[in-house]
Amino acid sequence: MSERRDTPEQAEFREYCRRWLQEQRPEPASFRLPINAIEVSSEEQRRYLCRWQKRVYEAGLIACDYPKEYGGGGHSGFQAIASQELGRAAVPFLINVIGLGMAAPTILNHGTEEQKRRLLPPLFAADEIWCQGFSEPNAGSDLANVQASAVRDGDNWIINGHKVWTSLAHFASWMIMICRHSNEHKYDGLTYFIVPIADTKGVEVRPLIKMTGETGFNEVLFEDLVVPDSMRVDQVGQGWTVAMTTLTYERGAAEGAGSGGGFSIDEEVRALIALARRTVRNGGTAWDDTLVRDRVMGLAVRAEGLRQLARRMRVEALTDHPMRLPLQTKVLMTELVQDIGRTGVEIAGAFGTRYLGDPNAPDGGHWPHAYMNSYGMTIAAGSNEIQRNILGERVLGLPKSK
Amino acid sequence: MALTKNFGFGPDEQMVRDQARRFLREGFGIEALRKLVASDHREAYEGAAPPAVWDQSLWAQMVELGWTGLGVPEDAGGVGMKTIAVAALAEELGRVALPSPLTATLVATMVLRAAGATAWMTRIAQGEAATLACTNPMGSWELTDTDVQAMPDGDGVVLNGTAAFVQDAAKATIVVVAARGPRGLGLYAVPMDAPGLDVAPDRIVDLTRDQATLTFGGVRVAPEGIVAAPGEAVAALERALPAILVVVAADLCGAAEWQLQTTVDYAKVRVQFERPIGFFQAVKHPIVDMMLAVDRARSLLYAAACAVDHEPGDAMRLARMAKAAACEAGAYCSDRSVQLHGGIGFTWECDVHIYFKRQKHSEALYGDAAFQRSKLAALLDAA
Repeated sequence: MSERRDTPEQAEFREYCRRWLQEQRPEPASFRLPINAIEVSSEEQRRYLCRWQKRVYEAGLIACDYPKEYGGGGHSGFQAIASQELGRAAVPFLINVIGLGMAAPTILNHGTEEQKRRLLPPLFAADEIWCQGFSEPNAGSDLANVQASAVRDGDNWIINGHKVWTSLAHFASWMIMICRHSNEHKYDGLTYFIVPIADTKGVEVRPLIKMTGETGFNEVLFEDLVVPDSMRVDQVGQGWTVAMTTLTYERGAAEGAGSGGGFSIDEEVRALIALARRTVRNGGTAWDDTLVRDRVMGLAVRAEGLRQLARRMRVEALTDHPMRLPLQTKVLMTELVQDIGRTGVEIAGAFGTRYLGDPNAPDGGHWPHAYMNSYGMTIAAGSNEIQRNILGERVLGLPKSK
Repeated sequence: MALTKNFGFGPDEQMVRDQARRFLREGFGIEALRKLVASDHREAYEGAAPPAVWDQSLWAQMVELGWTGLGVPEDAGGVGMKTIAVAALAEELGRVALPSPLTATLVATMVLRAAGATAWMTRIAQGEAATLACTNPMGSWELTDTDVQAMPDGDGVVLNGTAAFVQDAAKATIVVVAARGPRGLGLYAVPMDAPGLDVAPDRIVDLTRDQATLTFGGVRVAPEGIVAAPGEAVAALERALPAILVVVAADLCGAAEWQLQTTVDYAKVRVQFERPIGFFQAVKHPIVDMMLAVDRARSLLYAAACAVDHEPGDAMRLARMAKAAACEAGAYCSDRSVQLHGGIGFTWECDVHIYFKRQKHSEALYGDAAFQRSKLAALLDAA
């Protein structure tokens, strides 16, 4: 069945995506699959997920709207469909999320011809994994406070510094990175680079352990890393502008080179209702409890609201300010996921104490794990407090915080 | 298949919305609202009779513009536009908190439309205001819970009993009433000045509406007053309910958007500690949360209106979600708009109280957020 808003070509492509996803669904893994890319910790998980992304790319569901000469499909308006169908198909997620969602659009918008031809095809195929080096110990919410330094040395740059919260760095070939080339200007003193990570002299990747007990993200230390000037992205001093492009894509305000799979909010709400219906409580089930029903339906309203907001985003006449709805997505999505996770733990009651690996934990310990993991999302990509500043200042025109 | 691409909100619907916005901004600004409903607090709450104020010359112009007939089919003399257009108009009425019987008339029209009552819709399209009387004195929001009785009388009926919480009854000239007879529930249209019909106004918080308890004491209804015969009324009300919820949710959304923008404007100019208060995150972030609440409600509103027009099977679910979200937005924006205006926000002289009161009233109509959520859970159980 096609969607009401598809053109005939899009409807045909959607049909193709659905058929392919149905027929080419991968064999279930013999090991626990992580639910998103910041949880990938083992080599077998990496291999499995890279293989899957490569197949999805070869089937034409990744980089659909990118030019053919850079490994794309050369279409327009196809990526949203492919991503939507990947999301609905309950298949594994695409491991190279930072590459597809952030590095690729940044390179397409700001990169050189040579960078596009060399870097994009292996990015799409998951032959090379990407990570992002923005945050530092003293540059989190105040991102422009980046201190990692890039010093010009003939045709090269010498990079020193310390990046934190870098997902996928332990598997990455490349990092998109902002560095300080000048201390004179906070914003104009930043320059954007692509730097090699794997097996590189001057780069050390150390895993960080999340509150869930898992690895998945890292800190990366740079000591006199030598990078040729050809790996600079856009002009010297344009780092902040380029970083804003990256963040626009990261925060879901624009369509990247591909996404989807692995996680669906609607699926989470359905699982929550199923949990409430089978959890015994006060002589009945949790679902019989009026307050539980009220809370769960409140979450269902928010989930539907998020879906309809995405639909409304494409209707200019029903949008008062061009960035008003796109900039809301990150806050709404991450807080909804968090509240669903917390509600799941609470509905599970005594069972909510059991964690991953306990044979009697509801849904394999998903609820406490999803709840704790959700703080990664409300904090990362600009904490939701920063997002509210941006919404208040850029959309509503309230006075700036700095 | 492209019907819902824009929620069905195309150039014609946009023209209706933009025209309404322009007309109301020019013809009924905040000063006019204040003068009309809040010039004297004693008159508002302590007068001998509760007031029912509205600008009747403005009403005549709105009729000229075709607003009463917007959702009335063309063969009944109306404009024949879809529910999405009616929602857009109702949103504009909420935005200026318009004291007029138009919202009640749009609600009644949804019932007449569901019942196919052409002649009565024609009267509305020609400028008569109507209201719906389905709510019993206990305040049940089940539209079929009426206490009014209809006894067969020749080829018509005679109505006896009480309907409460009837909106803008003092301004309407037609009431559509649900009444139970020996063969089931029927719907009847009655002129407000019918012999035997007593209208007792409530004293209400909202300054922009009136509300009354209607007592039917042997009101005779001729055959042409039968909107839906016994056996057909329940289905008609069931079909109309999503559209009714859409109209009220739209009013809430429009008013909430005004509360948001007005609070933003104030936070930019009110200076404390040498800065506009909107600089402070304790003010900035709740204002952003107002916007998030309004936009959730508006997205669901358009989806619900579109479903009424194109996917009736999903209309009840989306309309209940829209009303729930609109109630939450109305409640939160009311709360923060008063609080963030500080001392002045607590006074009669600041306009935010007018919207606060209209929102509280709209939240209750046809069920508040918790009521809608419990109905949504019941929908899931029935599926």
